[in-house]
Amino acid sequence: MASPLLDVRGLSVRFPTGSPVIDFGFHIEQGETVAVVGESGSGKSLTALAIMGLLPRRAAATGTIAFRGVDLLALPEKERRAIRGRQVAMVFQEPMTSLNPVMTVGRQIGEVLRRHEGLSSAAARARAIELLDLVRVADPHLRVDDYPHRLSGGMRQRVVIAIAVACRPSLLVADEPTTALDVTIQAQILDLLDRLRRDLAMALILITHDLGIVGQWADRVVVMYAGRKAEEASPHELLAHPVHPYTRGLLAASPRLSAGANYRQGPLEEIPGTIASAAGEPGCPFVPRCDLVQPSCRVAPPPLVELGGGRLVACPIAAVPEAVHAS
Amino acid sequence: MAATVETSGIAPVGRRALRAFLRNPTAIVGSLFLAFVAMLSLMAPWLYPEDPLSMVARPFLWPGQNPAFPLGTDSLGRDVTAGLVWGGRISLAVGLAATCLGVSFGIVVGSTAGYFGGRIDNLLVRLIEIFQTLPSFLLLVVLVAIAQPTIETVTFAIAIVTWPTVARLVRAEFRTLRERDFVTAARALGFGHIRIVMLEILPNALPPIIVTASVLVATAILMESALSFLGLSDPNLVSWGSMIGSSRELLRSAWYLSAIPGIAIVCTVLSINLIGDALNDALNPRSPGIE
Repeated sequence: MASPLLDVRGLSVRFPTGSPVIDFGFHIEQGETVAVVGESGSGKSLTALAIMGLLPRRAAATGTIAFRGVDLLALPEKERRAIRGRQVAMVFQEPMTSLNPVMTVGRQIGEVLRRHEGLSSAAARARAIELLDLVRVADPHLRVDDYPHRLSGGMRQRVVIAIAVACRPSLLVADEPTTALDVTIQAQILDLLDRLRRDLAMALILITHDLGIVGQWADRVVVMYAGRKAEEASPHELLAHPVHPYTRGLLAASPRLSAGANYRQGPLEEIPGTIASAAGEPGCPFVPRCDLVQPSCRVAPPPLVELGGGRLVACPIAAVPEAVHAS
Repeated sequence: MAATVETSGIAPVGRRALRAFLRNPTAIVGSLFLAFVAMLSLMAPWLYPEDPLSMVARPFLWPGQNPAFPLGTDSLGRDVTAGLVWGGRISLAVGLAATCLGVSFGIVVGSTAGYFGGRIDNLLVRLIEIFQTLPSFLLLVVLVAIAQPTIETVTFAIAIVTWPTVARLVRAEFRTLRERDFVTAARALGFGHIRIVMLEILPNALPPIIVTASVLVATAILMESALSFLGLSDPNLVSWGSMIGSSRELLRSAWYLSAIPGIAIVCTVLSINLIGDALNDALNPRSPGIE
């Protein structure tokens, strides 16, 4: 069997003050979409930055991030830079601030082509117009000379995506690409990313806190909690039969997915406590918010249990089938 | 035409700033006067082909006494008008050259310190502080006294005492700009340090640098005048400062000899400061009254 496109194993990110990502791992095959889901502070954005090699200097990453069999963490900065933007690209959360305000969008798209493919400025401009057309920006030959402040949020995110896919990367990391946008624009942007994934044969890591978009766009879902993997499953299985108490809590707290229930029939469920409440404890980070705590949970974080069909859960109750389907 | 969405945020500096600048009356006055001085200075070799230090008429001609010498002559019979025009060349040349040198060096040091941070930053900030703790004019006098007082050394010395101001400003700008999302995005595209500094950060840091540079030109002109007044500038060249310096003993009998170059200095420095103020308003995206 060929090795996956990206294989993250035992990734830990340490700051002097703590470790927001601990022993995290997942893999992604060519052309696949993997969603990484978790609430604020779960370490999902840091994982993305670690894959890109953009962690702050105070942070130290250990483990392996193998891209096409090469460990990115072991590569010197110069070689990583040649991979960034060309083979692995990233779309950021905030389209309002991730474009340079004093450069036209055409130049910003062209600059990455000049950096990685050595195009002349005229050729880069022509490619920029093509790329704007590819991401469905109307009148690309006019927009190419616009400054970012003349574009709406959705348009800017399209430009950001055009810059990211300019060199046809094989892996695109999208860190909450739709969080800052209107709901109607969200669907358009996700559609666009999905179409580009198919057309350009790239793999897509979709980082999000929105379980609503997971079911429609992801091939696999990784649920992250306090820097660890809580559960991994196909979106269908995850939404139909969540196992980990955290995933269940998340689903119960989502208005669109709790079948039949809506705001009028009572308040939404919530997960008590905050993500920081177990910081520094030796056991499972979810213990303070969990209602199925077992004695072993307080001693050490539960290991990942394989449930078959590529499904992984880090919770002792996964071993008890009745408990899984009780709720 | 497609509707464009105008949102808040920093607009591109170019055209909008130019429009705001041209709508400001003080900017117009400053620019016109400076252009007038610059033109006279550029045309000096044609207006007064003779050396302005040569004695051409009877000494102590008052302004208006002889139509051939509209601003009179000094104690040695030298034409004050010719001195004024030639002196403007020195003042403007020294002001511009010293500012260019100082600003360039300040940008290099400030951007290195601000962009890389850490140990390099610490080291460079110490260096800046050493220069800032020395009284700048005293340092200037010492520098010129050590070297030969030629126009080049004066220019160089003025640049040496002005760069720390620029370096500090650039460093502060870079420190905030390097944390911005579009810089992270540029790093995510695999851009190297030089490309990020030149394309992403420096263009965004330019407005305050331009404003400071305009004020530094005025400061440099004043410094050069002060040096010439003390007789520490090139003795073979006329400058506004040296004209005042050489006539200071005659202040009671022939006050016009000090007053005329003095007015020239005041008006030129004032016009440059007006331009600097107007640039500050025009380039500052948060200033009121602009779109």
